[in-house]
Amino acid sequence: MSSYYGRPVLKEPVWQPEIPAYFFTGGLAGASSVLSLAARIGGNETLARRSLYLGALADLVSPALLISDLGRPERFLNMLRVFKVTSPMSVGSWILFVSGSATSTAALLEWAGRLKPVKYAAELVSSAVGAPLSVYTGTLVADTAIPVWHEARHELPFLFGASAAASAGAAAAIAVPVAEAAPARRLALGGALVENVIMLAMEKRLGFVGEPYREGEAGKYAKAAKACTLGGAALLATLGRKSRFAAAAGGGLVLAGEAALRWSVFKAGFQSARDPKYTVKPQRDRHR
Amino acid sequence: MLDSYGTEAQERVGFFTDTSVCIGCKACEVACKEWNLVPEDGLVWTGESYDNTSELGANTWRHVAFVEQNEPLHGDGEVDALRWLMSSDVCKHCTHAACLDVCPTGSLFRTEFGTVVVQEDICNGCGYCVPACPFGVIDKRHLPRRDAPALPLITKQEDGRVWKCTLCYDRLKGGHEPACAKACPTESIQFGPLDDLRERADERLAKLQAEDWNGARLYGRDPDDGVGGFGAFFLLLDEPEVYGLPPDPVVTTRDLPGMYRSAAIAAGAVVLGVVAAFVGGSR
Repeated sequence: MSSYYGRPVLKEPVWQPEIPAYFFTGGLAGASSVLSLAARIGGNETLARRSLYLGALADLVSPALLISDLGRPERFLNMLRVFKVTSPMSVGSWILFVSGSATSTAALLEWAGRLKPVKYAAELVSSAVGAPLSVYTGTLVADTAIPVWHEARHELPFLFGASAAASAGAAAAIAVPVAEAAPARRLALGGALVENVIMLAMEKRLGFVGEPYREGEAGKYAKAAKACTLGGAALLATLGRKSRFAAAAGGGLVLAGEAALRWSVFKAGFQSARDPKYTVKPQRDRHR
Repeated sequence: MLDSYGTEAQERVGFFTDTSVCIGCKACEVACKEWNLVPEDGLVWTGESYDNTSELGANTWRHVAFVEQNEPLHGDGEVDALRWLMSSDVCKHCTHAACLDVCPTGSLFRTEFGTVVVQEDICNGCGYCVPACPFGVIDKRHLPRRDAPALPLITKQEDGRVWKCTLCYDRLKGGHEPACAKACPTESIQFGPLDDLRERADERLAKLQAEDWNGARLYGRDPDDGVGGFGAFFLLLDEPEVYGLPPDPVVTTRDLPGMYRSAAIAAGAVVLGVVAAFVGGSR
């Protein structure tokens, strides 16, 4: 394969570590809102309340991370200047804006114990945008020219969604007493299992283009993610059912694993852009 | 494409860069820098032929590539000397531009001339266009910002916005050709209405092929390619990747409907997953 002095065809992303951190917090916020409403309907008030608080906290951190990453942070409101369906970042900014407003309103009213009808309405809105919030970042990175992201466009939202669900379950399993945290533990376990299956299937389907997920820094973090999520989930499913300490350790491991997974996918994009072979070879193969 | 401009719409213009007559003088690079006040971003010796510019970016809107080869100039010729390829690269001003599609602020827009331009007073430096471009053209400027920071606590010291070729939007408005085309001494860079350029390119290619030039081809001329044809296209003498260009670029947003479908199903799966976690007890 020829190249121009081995130089990349594409530009590496200019995103800073705030972005994968947001993938994690945004996912946690979205899935926690859904978990909270489900617990409310199921009659588990402790789980509902604490997931709502966790979601609100993550919803508060998320825009701060995003604004900090901007080249012109003082212009962050330009994100709400237009609504553009062709830009997953524009759609996502609006989702995050609605989610942040609704979740913080609901959390505030929950804490104050006032205006119940408004609180329920806010919770409904927050959980309605929660699921899209937890998956759209996968579509956001897929909507680029970076082969390792774009070719994974159908898997990434599922991978990020499963990771978000596991995060919400793990965070709630830490925050809620073990006697009332069974659904949270099941969510963390299920999310971690599904996510690892999707990752395997994705790498298998992508073949050559998917190499960066296994190599370099991305590969190291992918291994760490696998060990932490599966180890943490196993701990939650066993000792975590009895001991709060084990639940906290298991939940913490799962959360660390999910953060590592986002970092791995993020770095894989840089590695994919850096090497012209991932750009040129697939294009050459289909062009002939 | 320009319907929304109504009576203000102009004929779509662009560049035809005929690399077979490029002499690598880099007058285009200099003229671009001077006219557009593109800042200097470091002086280095790369050792890569005569190319010390290396790539397009926030501070380089024309880049002359130099390729040294042991290939015959003509199809049946012998390799008796170096074949030295030179090509002035630039933003392609795609018909379907990924940078414009993904820009969340509306800073990137389609001008009345059919070109793609960043409005620097709108750009908030989110950086989405950078990995979206299939050619690696647009990039963020990290040089120190020149104006005084408005909000000292959160503003950054660097410029932080994205920059690229504007096809000299200001000169077009004044009825002039872009600075690079004006400065090109061999008419390697030709400016004009895109339809005329395509005709001219077809004629030029036919001539070179009749003369049996080795590897002559048009790149980006076809309106049916993955980006709907380039507003700035090329006559190359080898495969695009030899010049650092992608052989079959596709606008990423072409696949967006399918991506949104997958995202919607994934969102549904998250809800189902959460509900499933409550099967077998809410506590």
